[in-house]
Amino acid sequence: MAQEPILSARGLIKRYGKVTALDRADFDLYPGEILAVIGDNGAGKSSLIKAISGAVTPDEGEITLEGKTVSFRSPIEARKAGIETVYQNLALSPALSIADNMFLGREIRKPGVLGKVFRSLDRAAMEKFAREKLSELGLMTIQNINQAVETLSGGQRQGVAVARAAAFGSKVIILDEPTAALGVKESRRVLELILDVRSRGIPIVLISHNMPHVFEVADRIHIHRLGRRLTVINPKDYSMSDAVAFMTGAKSPEPLAA
Amino acid sequence: MSEPQAASKPHLEYETVLSKSSTQIAQFDTHDKTPLQKFQHFLHSSPAAVPLIVLLLSVAIFGTILGTKFFSAFSLTLILQQVAITGIIGAAQSLIILTAGIDLSVGAIMVLSSVIMGQFAVNYGIPAPLAIVCGFVVGALCGYINGILVARVKLPPFIVTLGMWQIVLASNFLYSANETIRSQDLQAKAPLLQLFGENIRIGGAVFTYGVIAMVLLVLALWYVLNRTAWGRHLYAVGDDPDAAELAGVNVKGMLISVYTLSGVICALGGWALIGRIGSVSPTAGQFANIESITAVVIGGLSLFGGRGSILGMLFGALIVGVFQLGLRLIGTDPQWTYMLIGLLIIAAVAIDQWIRKVAG
Repeated sequence: MAQEPILSARGLIKRYGKVTALDRADFDLYPGEILAVIGDNGAGKSSLIKAISGAVTPDEGEITLEGKTVSFRSPIEARKAGIETVYQNLALSPALSIADNMFLGREIRKPGVLGKVFRSLDRAAMEKFAREKLSELGLMTIQNINQAVETLSGGQRQGVAVARAAAFGSKVIILDEPTAALGVKESRRVLELILDVRSRGIPIVLISHNMPHVFEVADRIHIHRLGRRLTVINPKDYSMSDAVAFMTGAKSPEPLAA
Repeated sequence: MSEPQAASKPHLEYETVLSKSSTQIAQFDTHDKTPLQKFQHFLHSSPAAVPLIVLLLSVAIFGTILGTKFFSAFSLTLILQQVAITGIIGAAQSLIILTAGIDLSVGAIMVLSSVIMGQFAVNYGIPAPLAIVCGFVVGALCGYINGILVARVKLPPFIVTLGMWQIVLASNFLYSANETIRSQDLQAKAPLLQLFGENIRIGGAVFTYGVIAMVLLVLALWYVLNRTAWGRHLYAVGDDPDAAELAGVNVKGMLISVYTLSGVICALGGWALIGRIGSVSPTAGQFANIESITAVVIGGLSLFGGRGSILGMLFGALIVGVFQLGLRLIGTDPQWTYMLIGLLIIAAVAIDQWIRKVAG
């Protein structure tokens, strides 16, 4: 790759007590690609993702976004910088409405005195925007945008979460196990959605245990093992069983050239 | 993961049948609901409806039994006066319970604030408005300490406020030497402290400023909870704090601000308490914490947080007031009132659980 990575990390270390979750981990995401991150349970995938999405602050190491060193103290800061994350638990508030959830933490206030002095939310504008984004993604037919999220199905909730990221995500979208809780058909829709988001030029980090899904959509696969990046492979050059072998330590990859 | 498959197959084998499957995208089930299910959905989407229905029914029943003795402008506004303090403190309690917490120290903070206002104004000769501000500062400070302990030190709200209740109440007795400031002294030196005892009469109806303050406070909080980002965040924090944090809500900041605001509202309750009883008494309002929790629970707010409307709390406080006055007018032993309120509390939580099943 001649391009510069849009998001990269060097030498990340994160310890929790005696456990070292990240052990000098590196990471690179290039513009317009889908990078899958795979690894066995406990390999430190989650910690890596949390570090680049601002949910945890690494003890050591450097993260750069578009060539500039960044240091996030919270997911809000990462989000402001343009890194949107869809967490496995979706981070939706079940009792709040779809529109409320999409705008949680970035509400639109009414113009003028109502908004400035009385901090009144512009519900009409938020609902309109939410409805547009959901239908743009064609993921679902929503009868009522004011419906509580807890009354939606799993796939619909995933749709709301992905729509929230895609609607605001400017530079990078991170998807953590987006298909893990979904049925075959709903998974297919989410995969199409991922390809759709890439075609708009937004690079995606996809964390998944589902090898068929990873091999289908990923441009490159980052294999995480024992707290660090073991290697990055091209899914066209390797089989799924190779990937699983690298991931579990059954086989060692050739030294990483790139 | 056993089969070594050709890597870059565009679509997976088992999914080829999908093209033949129904093209309908995920939809809400539109199958006919029984009237009961529809009712359940209605209650789920309007949390203040249950207490409102119970309130209207109880007013109607007592009105039928007692006639004009109960069903008069005077009696009905008397109920409002009797629940004014519970309503104000209940508003503070509602905010805390919406965050899935509980505040046992609300009554103690209220009394300490009222004692501070009285002592500062009467015994120290500080101008009344300034003394009132001092009372609010103390209330806010107590709430802030609660908030810090809950949000930063991560102690359970029950324990924090149980401790705070004892500490604040003891401070109150030590500081005031358990002395009441008489109504005459207040009238002479700081009549502003008795402001909420003033009233407006419309025919037989008597609205004290305390009642008006309670209603305005509840309406203002309703607006804040439903129409501002802060209010939506409060619900999100009570609903699922981890999700709220990840979605970009400052959970710790929210908790601290909620507990602090609760302290400020308790100080307002303290000021209103002076108006209600006329004097400043360090032994007043002993049951305010339990009464406020009762109002919140009967009002249909979930103790697990994130659900319910502050209007429900107001209706809950009024239900208790209606039962108290109605049963007293009938002439029953007051213990019957407590027994009925006990039943109402348990019924309210049972109904809350039933309504929440809608989500499952």
